[in-house]
Amino acid sequence: MSFLTLENVTHHYFTKNDYTKALDDISFSVKEGEFVSLLGPSGCGKSTILSIVSGIMKQTSGKVLLDNKSIDESELAIGYMLQQDYLFPWKTILDNVLLGPTIQNNVNEELKEKARELLREVGLKNVENQYPSSLSGGMRQRVALVRTLITDPKVLLLDEPFSALDFQTKLKLEDLVFKLLHAYHKTAILVTHDIGEAIAMSDRIIVMSANPGSISKTFEVPIELRNELPFLVRRHPKYQSIFDKVWEELNKNEAQTV
Amino acid sequence: MSNNEDRLLFEKHKQSLKQEKRIVFIWQALILVCFFGLWELASRLNWIDPLLFSSPSKVINLLISKFSDGSMITHTYVTLFETLLGFVIGTLLGILLASLLWSSTRFSKIADPYLVILNAMPKVALGPIIIVALGPGYVSIVAMGAIISIIITTIVVYTGYREVDPNYEKVLRSFGATRWQCFKSAVFPANLPVMISTLKVNVGLSWVGVIVGEFLVSKEGLGYLIVYGFQVFDFSLVMAALILIAIFAAIMYKVVERIEGWLIKHTT
Repeated sequence: MSFLTLENVTHHYFTKNDYTKALDDISFSVKEGEFVSLLGPSGCGKSTILSIVSGIMKQTSGKVLLDNKSIDESELAIGYMLQQDYLFPWKTILDNVLLGPTIQNNVNEELKEKARELLREVGLKNVENQYPSSLSGGMRQRVALVRTLITDPKVLLLDEPFSALDFQTKLKLEDLVFKLLHAYHKTAILVTHDIGEAIAMSDRIIVMSANPGSISKTFEVPIELRNELPFLVRRHPKYQSIFDKVWEELNKNEAQTV
Repeated sequence: MSNNEDRLLFEKHKQSLKQEKRIVFIWQALILVCFFGLWELASRLNWIDPLLFSSPSKVINLLISKFSDGSMITHTYVTLFETLLGFVIGTLLGILLASLLWSSTRFSKIADPYLVILNAMPKVALGPIIIVALGPGYVSIVAMGAIISIIITTIVVYTGYREVDPNYEKVLRSFGATRWQCFKSAVFPANLPVMISTLKVNVGLSWVGVIVGEFLVSKEGLGYLIVYGFQVFDFSLVMAALILIAIFAAIMYKVVERIEGWLIKHTT
């Protein structure tokens, strides 16, 4: 059963002198608990899709349904993780984590305890009273993850959340996010331009092409890879063959545009 | 063993830092002493006209006598009060106006040409009109001190609001924050460093406004003393007022710096 559905979504960006079609007739659906990656060159509208799904931006035409309700009527929380952590430097780690609940006005002791527990779960102990400046990049992104999870979102939107990290931290965080999302049975959409990351983490990969952003092909990740940890997927014998297929598709798109 | 060597190197480093600090301080003190020494000497030996340029000893004597009879305390108090009030009002109104501009894009577009004109206009030229409108007294002078910094504060703070990384807002919006909540929890606090830097500029500006205001109309205050001393050719009085202004302006600036350190411990 489809949980999140995009139907013929089209989006334009307008400037004073011109307009660009960022998305052209995008339709896909995501099942509950599924992990889908959007893969494509920069400028293909991947991030635009996330902004529309999160309700921050309104598409020019088409429908976005979450649990059969239009996205702006839906009460279900959506979590958004950006490329950088965007922790508020003047707030303590705990206050940063509790940002969502503070906005929604439902901070209580129980939630604070949950925040501490989640921080421990991602391997951050005794940092709740520190400020973001004293944490490393990987730690900060983990805090951002906790900040996203604390509101118990039904859908997680991950906008290249690992791309600003060094390689080692990135691999570790991929595993952590994968484990957490599976443990809490979350639905997620990951935007990335890293083929390996897309294969390692997701159940399905939607390859996009640019000008205007549209879906060029969808790949199902082999079942054997889906339940492995991202780190182990990269070593799996089946990894290379799907990598090659995705690579070919991306290259084909690029050849057309160049 | 090597630990001891490291410690020794560190001690050496600390020593050289201390040494550097001492040298800088000695030079600073030397310049001050030379300036006043030369001034005194030049005045005594008639290299400069002592009637026009006075001398440090005369200025100090004057300050002592004026402070002991209490008259100088009143003048200083009046000017300080006016400046502080002008500074606070100007800064607060500027920040408020900037926030209003941020809250409505249309309002900011409408206000734009007026802000440009008001900013380009030399505010002290408005002095006579302000005095006519608000009467010859404290109110006018405080208004001068405030008006001189309102527009520039508005423009700088508003620009600061707009330069706050939009992704902070994106994070908040994804939690369903309203525009007001975005302002309160991201835009305003992220802009604090900019506001503090306008505070520093405004300290100087309010002094300009208040002193010019006192030039135009007043019976007390340091600006009044300068004009009065000029008219009766008592330049010791002018110099004394100038020195007091320099001291208090510097103190105000330092206080703002302290506030800065205290407010923005964690903004970067």
